[in-house]
Amino acid sequence: MESHVLSNIVVASLLAGGVLALLAARRSDLWRAAGGELLRRRPIALAVIAAFVLIALLDSVSWIGGGDPSAEGSVLALHQPRTVIDRLFPADFKERSYSAPLADFEFYDGAPLANPGAHLLGTDILGRDVLYLALKGARVALLIGGLTSLIVIPLALLMGVTAGYFGGRVDDVVFFVMSTLASIPTLLLLIALIMALGRGPVQVCVAMGVTGWVGFCRIVRGETFKLRELDYVQAARALGVSEARIIFRHILPNLMHLVVITFVLLFSGLVLSEAILSYLGIGIDGSWGQMIDQARDELARDPIIWWNLCAASAALFCLILAVNFVGDAVRDILDPRTLREKQ
Amino acid sequence: MSGAVLRMGDVVTSFPGPEGRIPVVDGVSLAVEAGEVLALVGESGCGKSMTALSAMRLVPKPGRVDTGTIELAGRDVLGLSVSEMRRVRGGDAAMIFQEPMTSLNPVQMVGSQVVEAIRLHERISAAEARRRTIELFDRVRVPDPEERFETFPHQLSGGLKQRVMIAMAVAMRPRLLIADEPSTALDVTIQAQILELLRELQRELGTAILLITHDLGVVNELADRVAVMYAGRLVEEGERSQVLGSPRHPYTQGLLQSMPSRARHRERLHEIRGVVPRPHDWPEGCRFSTRCERVIERCRTQVPGITEVSPTQRVCCHVVADEVAR
Repeated sequence: MESHVLSNIVVASLLAGGVLALLAARRSDLWRAAGGELLRRRPIALAVIAAFVLIALLDSVSWIGGGDPSAEGSVLALHQPRTVIDRLFPADFKERSYSAPLADFEFYDGAPLANPGAHLLGTDILGRDVLYLALKGARVALLIGGLTSLIVIPLALLMGVTAGYFGGRVDDVVFFVMSTLASIPTLLLLIALIMALGRGPVQVCVAMGVTGWVGFCRIVRGETFKLRELDYVQAARALGVSEARIIFRHILPNLMHLVVITFVLLFSGLVLSEAILSYLGIGIDGSWGQMIDQARDELARDPIIWWNLCAASAALFCLILAVNFVGDAVRDILDPRTLREKQ
Repeated sequence: MSGAVLRMGDVVTSFPGPEGRIPVVDGVSLAVEAGEVLALVGESGCGKSMTALSAMRLVPKPGRVDTGTIELAGRDVLGLSVSEMRRVRGGDAAMIFQEPMTSLNPVQMVGSQVVEAIRLHERISAAEARRRTIELFDRVRVPDPEERFETFPHQLSGGLKQRVMIAMAVAMRPRLLIADEPSTALDVTIQAQILELLRELQRELGTAILLITHDLGVVNELADRVAVMYAGRLVEEGERSQVLGSPRHPYTQGLLQSMPSRARHRERLHEIRGVVPRPHDWPEGCRFSTRCERVIERCRTQVPGITEVSPTQRVCCHVVADEVAR
């Protein structure tokens, strides 16, 4: 199957899943109340995240065809799938090299621009619109954070809960695996994995997932150790509840606040560490990290080229700050121990 | 058919130690008759809770019941499969714990926890289980049961939580309820209410109660019979009036004398010197010999046998045995 079709299917199923989850959440008073509370506490952060998600989704839906066939450079474009964002910035919305934000002339030789005053954030060394590149980065960032968390969290929960709950031999095995992974320098292992798996975005996410679950797994294992001995787990046993049910009803729900906190920290951490991978030249194409990496040289130029770095950093900063704010609020709201009494 | 709901014979429960397994329950035999309240008393660390956990086959790993027989509601507990044992727990026998603060899952509404307990043992609809839960809440005197159904444990007081725990335990009308220090963590006034509730349930549902406590006041309130435990063994057993009124074992006598209400005004309270020895340094012979005021030579070498001082009162003590023989 072609990759753009796959991407469209993923977007469709994500949307469907989101709608279903929302409908399910609406039926439960608890979740509806939590949602309302979150909206009340962190409206701006939620809006920022929603905007990033929207951009990422718009950048994930693509199809072939459409557009103006007479435009320059569009022959190639006609046969390539292009996303909604791509279509917002036509193929001829380009310059030959650097231009400052909203400038009418090129930055170095002063030649008139093809689109004077139209590049809100200027253009990069190849003349590409920086706003366009920054918007494209949102999809990559969400992919890195989302997909990797999707690998890390279930893996860590599975390993941590089984180790913590059953103890003994199982615990020994899990602990051995964790210690082994923890004793290899993460960055080297990451590079080795990416070399072995290849350099696609999914491969990078898998590599980061495999190297990133140990920390959370340790927390889960310790917490499960503690929960296992608590009276309500003992009480459940005394009432004849089976082990599997105890894990799903009593252990996992009591780990959820950890999952939320970890997801947030992990998400920001992963997006940031991708920037480091980009610096080493093995990041994902089109990420903010790559833009920042390219801007390294530009900072040394005279006069300085700042808009490239600023656009990527600001986008990164906004997303991570918003995610952190929301994560904090979600934890406060969902943890019933901090829940305020109903009036 | 014998009337005993729980019958334990020579049960030994042990934990691994540095030099082989160390028994924490050492040859305990007791029976709880249908509908009666048997109080198991003793100081902390003498194996009361482990005896109760053994009966439910809930001894935490790596401990285990080594030998002996345990019969619960006519079934051989030690021979049951894991899934059969699960049906017994919560069905024929249920348990409530000391600490109501931590006995309920903090992230689940209290009502749904009781619903879960009911639906584990009976195939009924969620709505039906909900109705039953509210009925149960009403029965254990939870005010506004409908509203309380949808609260989280942290919104309830300790006493209410303990009531919810009791509701959960008696949901299946068990024949035996094991109450491990049910009122210790509560305020005195709430304590009395909870004991009152337990007595009421015992009378109405005919549930036998194995009451584990170190509070002789509670024993006096609730118990029909009393078994006194010291260092993993039973030392005295009998009707409440016998054990509390005319105790024969020096340990029981010491316990009773150290109750504040029995001491005369301004008189120094009696104490049993020393503490319960840890299981790995339990002495030879009678285990109380290291703290006993009436110890004789034989106590340090020979394990005392059972002496029946009356048809219903039994004591394990050389001194008492000599007195009776005389």
